Amino acid sequence: MPVWVVSASMIGFGSLCQDIGITFGVAVASTATVWGLPGQVAFVELFAVGAPVLAIALASSMANLRFLPMSLSMMPLFRADPGIWRWRYILVAMMSVNTWALTLRRAPELGDRQRGPYYIGLGAVSMTSGVLGTAVGYHLAGTLPFYITVSLIFLNPMYFIFLFSSIRQRNCIMAMMIGTVLGPLFHLLSPDWGLPFVGFIAGTTAFFLDKKIGGRV
Amino acid sequence: MNEIALWGLLGLVTAATYVWRGIGVAIVARITPSSDFTQWTSCVAYGMLAGLMSRIMLMPVGILAETPLLDRMLALAIGFLVFFAFGRSMLPGMITAVGIFSTLTALHAFEIY
Repeated sequence: MPVWVVSASMIGFGSLCQDIGITFGVAVASTATVWGLPGQVAFVELFAVGAPVLAIALASSMANLRFLPMSLSMMPLFRADPGIWRWRYILVAMMSVNTWALTLRRAPELGDRQRGPYYIGLGAVSMTSGVLGTAVGYHLAGTLPFYITVSLIFLNPMYFIFLFSSIRQRNCIMAMMIGTVLGPLFHLLSPDWGLPFVGFIAGTTAFFLDKKIGGRV
Repeated sequence: MNEIALWGLLGLVTAATYVWRGIGVAIVARITPSSDFTQWTSCVAYGMLAGLMSRIMLMPVGILAETPLLDRMLALAIGFLVFFAFGRSMLPGMITAVGIFSTLTALHAFEIY
């Protein structure tokens, strides 16, 4: 299932690139190298309005700041396997919200030596379908009716909302509840800096609240 | 902007986004993270992602902003009902939500609703 969700959202991105006038090669390459939809969208949309180079780099970077806590929480899973660990700086480039969430969820049942292969397989399949989706979307641009294109875009947040809703850890659930309320509020205060603050406040509050309540997690 | 400059810009954007991934790895490689630290970073990541999803639903940018808020909320609400009705199973919930959303958007397009 993750595979066709990735393809579908990248079809939306591919057609956006065609509309804006990004060349085919750059559109497809950005899926493989940036590998994070909000950063890619910030890149092409700011390019479209002719923003300064530094502003484009900074905005894309801020849009993908979520990779810092994600990398901090996922990478320790690979430490026990030296054969995997030595590739750590390459492996982290394959991390997406999808591969991160699924790897964290499956890690307890997978042994130390199975996590690496699981993550690499998942990442390779996701990236391939993302790249193919971008290419298909680029060529389909303008031919799909509005309600199809917008539904493909809508699919991506829906997939993540239901994926996150199946999480069972209490502290993560509390963090998501606080984040849901704070997200739009902080966006009004600062579209660029709001989200990192939301994550920090929601995550820290939830983590300590959960400790205080104690008991079964 | 010509093709070569565009590739250069992509390289810069790639580096600027990789920075966060790389810092994460560098920190994890230098300290031995306790289970508490890892738990906390997971909480921060989930808080940030939930905030992002909530913002996308309520205040979308791009073409999603051209759809009515009511359509998005209705699709999400019914999706959640189905999600819980199937014992917190994500596939039925997601298919319902996207199905309702595309139906409503198509009805708008044909000016039925």
